[in-house]
Amino acid sequence: MKKLELGNILIHDVQFSNEGSKVENGVLYVNKEEICKIALEDENIASCEVFLARPGESVRITPVKDVIEPRVKVEGKGGIFPGWIAKVDTVGEGRTHVLKGAAVVTTGKIVGFQEGIIDMSGPGADYTPFSKTNNVVVKMEPVEGLKQHEHEYALRIAGFKIACFLGELGRNVTPDEVKTYEFDNIVESAAKYPNLPRVAYVQMLQSQGLLHDTYVYGVDAKKTLTTIITPTEVMDGAIVSGNCVSSCDKNPTYVHMNNPVVTDLFEQHGKTLNFVGMIITNENVYLADKERSSNWSAKLAKYLGCDGVIISQEGFGNPDTDLIMNTKKIEAEGIKTVIITDEYAGRDGKSQSLADADPSADAVVTGGNANQVIVLPPMETVYGHLEFVDTIAGGSANNIDAHGNITVEIQAITGATNETGFNYLSAR
Amino acid sequence: MVKEIERAGLPVVHICTVTPISMTVGANRIVPAIAIPHPLGNPALTMEEEKVIRRKIVETALEALETEVDDQTIFDVKY
Amino acid sequence: MSKIRVVQYINQFFAQIGGEEKADIPAELREGPVGPGLAFNQAWGEEAEVVATIICGDSYFNENLEKAQAEVLEMVKSQNPDLFIAGPAFNAGRYGVACGTIAKAVQDNLNIPVLTGMYAENPGADMFKKDVYIVSTKNSAAGMRDAVKTMAPFALKLAKHEAIGASCEEGYMPNGIRVNLFEKERGSARAVKMLLAKLNNKPYTTEFPMPSFDRVAPNPAVKDMAHATVALCTSGGIVPHGNPDHIESSSASKYGEYDIEGVMDLTAENWETAHGGYDPVYANEDADRVLPVDILREMEKSGRIGKLHRYFYTTVGNGTAVASSKAFAAEYAQKLKADGVDCVIMTST
Repeated sequence: MKKLELGNILIHDVQFSNEGSKVENGVLYVNKEEICKIALEDENIASCEVFLARPGESVRITPVKDVIEPRVKVEGKGGIFPGWIAKVDTVGEGRTHVLKGAAVVTTGKIVGFQEGIIDMSGPGADYTPFSKTNNVVVKMEPVEGLKQHEHEYALRIAGFKIACFLGELGRNVTPDEVKTYEFDNIVESAAKYPNLPRVAYVQMLQSQGLLHDTYVYGVDAKKTLTTIITPTEVMDGAIVSGNCVSSCDKNPTYVHMNNPVVTDLFEQHGKTLNFVGMIITNENVYLADKERSSNWSAKLAKYLGCDGVIISQEGFGNPDTDLIMNTKKIEAEGIKTVIITDEYAGRDGKSQSLADADPSADAVVTGGNANQVIVLPPMETVYGHLEFVDTIAGGSANNIDAHGNITVEIQAITGATNETGFNYLSAR
Repeated sequence: MVKEIERAGLPVVHICTVTPISMTVGANRIVPAIAIPHPLGNPALTMEEEKVIRRKIVETALEALETEVDDQTIFDVKY
Repeated sequence: MSKIRVVQYINQFFAQIGGEEKADIPAELREGPVGPGLAFNQAWGEEAEVVATIICGDSYFNENLEKAQAEVLEMVKSQNPDLFIAGPAFNAGRYGVACGTIAKAVQDNLNIPVLTGMYAENPGADMFKKDVYIVSTKNSAAGMRDAVKTMAPFALKLAKHEAIGASCEEGYMPNGIRVNLFEKERGSARAVKMLLAKLNNKPYTTEFPMPSFDRVAPNPAVKDMAHATVALCTSGGIVPHGNPDHIESSSASKYGEYDIEGVMDLTAENWETAHGGYDPVYANEDADRVLPVDILREMEKSGRIGKLHRYFYTTVGNGTAVASSKAFAAEYAQKLKADGVDCVIMTST
């Protein structure tokens, strides 16, 4: 049996400090110089600034690249973000401390086309889960002439390092609550719960190239075959995000660490179902890859003896085909599926929501219509660069009016239609 | 989109990577492409080698347009 | 503020005139509420009232469709209402069809909000749920109280032209228009619940019913390619360098039409992609990888094709509503036809 204890240190505020960064009485104190020093270790990062954004403040953060939860491994093998910050030891056992309620948000000049918006108050705040966290916003600019791939890489790594630095502050703090996740191997669990339906989670990882990648233990997911991972591993940062375009339905690293399907299946484990494992598969740009990866999802689901699976998608467009292939093939094995997706039904909601469809996908949870238009009133403070709002996905030319109101589709808002079911939005 | 062109009375061939989507949305003449970011190219090859592949795909597309079909048909490229 | 004026349409049965034997009575206008209208008035209190009721036999309406419609329309118009309610019809088939028909006619001709209600399996439901708001009711008149509970507040919203929520919030039958809402439980929890229901063979409702796609028959093949004009189109967002028309990287609101007269090759200096949904590096290096202008020029020269059409059409498929893409393509397809193009090569990323 595997066991991971998550010790949540509840953070209700962030403050700057001129002394060393620390966690005290539920407050995260951040020393700017310490953060900048970490970012500037990378010679591809030319400048770094740190801001704080708290729930309810008149603050807009854009373009958002990643959101990361500070965690630290205090017992057990390996460390947070294996393959990036820690070595590649298998994680997911022992004890991990979490600065629950805090997050690192990375921003800076846009890398590609489309990155996200987080509003800490106003109507936009309802749509992003990250208006509820106390955010340490790190704005980093690349050196002149840095290529897109290197730019994305530099900021991604800096975000992980900073999150780990902050997580480390919680190593010796007594957590406010401890949650225990126990996970048996398939033989043990079959013996323990002979009468419960066997359920697995199939997570589809975005893997389409620049700003569309995901990494597993440091490996680019597009170069992986569909495989099995222990659900507790993701809690230690085994899967990280390298994507944020059309950020409404991309998983920031924070979502991978707090994967809600994993948590909610654990919640039912041993009561109404037997959570037998997690299958991770990719969404590549080659048809043969799509065929192979979905064949393997079905094969592994059958191998685990599943009665049912939940499949979560990441992104939209051609990944709708991966979703439908996974569903069709898993259903064809006699395994019942529920899929989580989102929709692009047009601004008027009248269009076809998905690029692909099949009657076997008869149990769908939707994160809502990403084309819905929202007017975001001006905020007192903007961290990042507002000028890119024209070109982010869901934005269009001249979409800021004379009063500073921004008209965008909610697909520009980080996490709005998240397809792991992290958010509350839906559509009918 | 392909369907709207077909509806207007013009024979149309759809060169695309994700042929299942093309089938679902109802294209009639379909030619599989290389990959989503580069349907008619392959950056792993030299420019000349790429052109050979691209020529084959376009040639297959023209042959598809010259072929009578009753139903949705995928025309595989002979590499 | 004066009360919202409502006209209600009911059949002979709900007017307590009679059953099947009275189904052939012609349309008649009565002042004030009759039958179900009393319950509606009570629910609305000071906000709205049924000012007139139109009573019509189900057989009369369906057997004299044109005439009956015209008569009822005239009666509705004479009352100058703010809202029109038909039924609820519950599981009465001909009544349901009449309610749907007349509600649609009032909406289309008199341009006032309309509402009807019926049981999901009433044939009128499938016929009209995409045209007018139909509240889902029980299958018999015993469900009147529940029907009024849903229909009365919804009717007020419609009459006041307030924003209409999702079907599951308002109680109308899904009409194909997707509307966002915030749920009480997050998506993952809903997925786990749905899976448990599906595993235990218990009923559950999908949040998105799978669509069916229509088909268009293939056009005849091109007989003489050597003399044919071939046009190129793409959803891969290829545009002149700098994206002069500012086509959006996602959810595009327009398409591009670009002249390639004399262009032999799409070079990195002059062409790029505006598409935000895929890694743009490869298309930006060489746009022929998406739109094979170089090869078609070669084939033009060798006589394999007659000629490459002077303009190409480009859209960004990424996150763009199918309805918009359809409209773009329908529009430029007409241009292509008018320009004498014989066939089209469409490339997608």
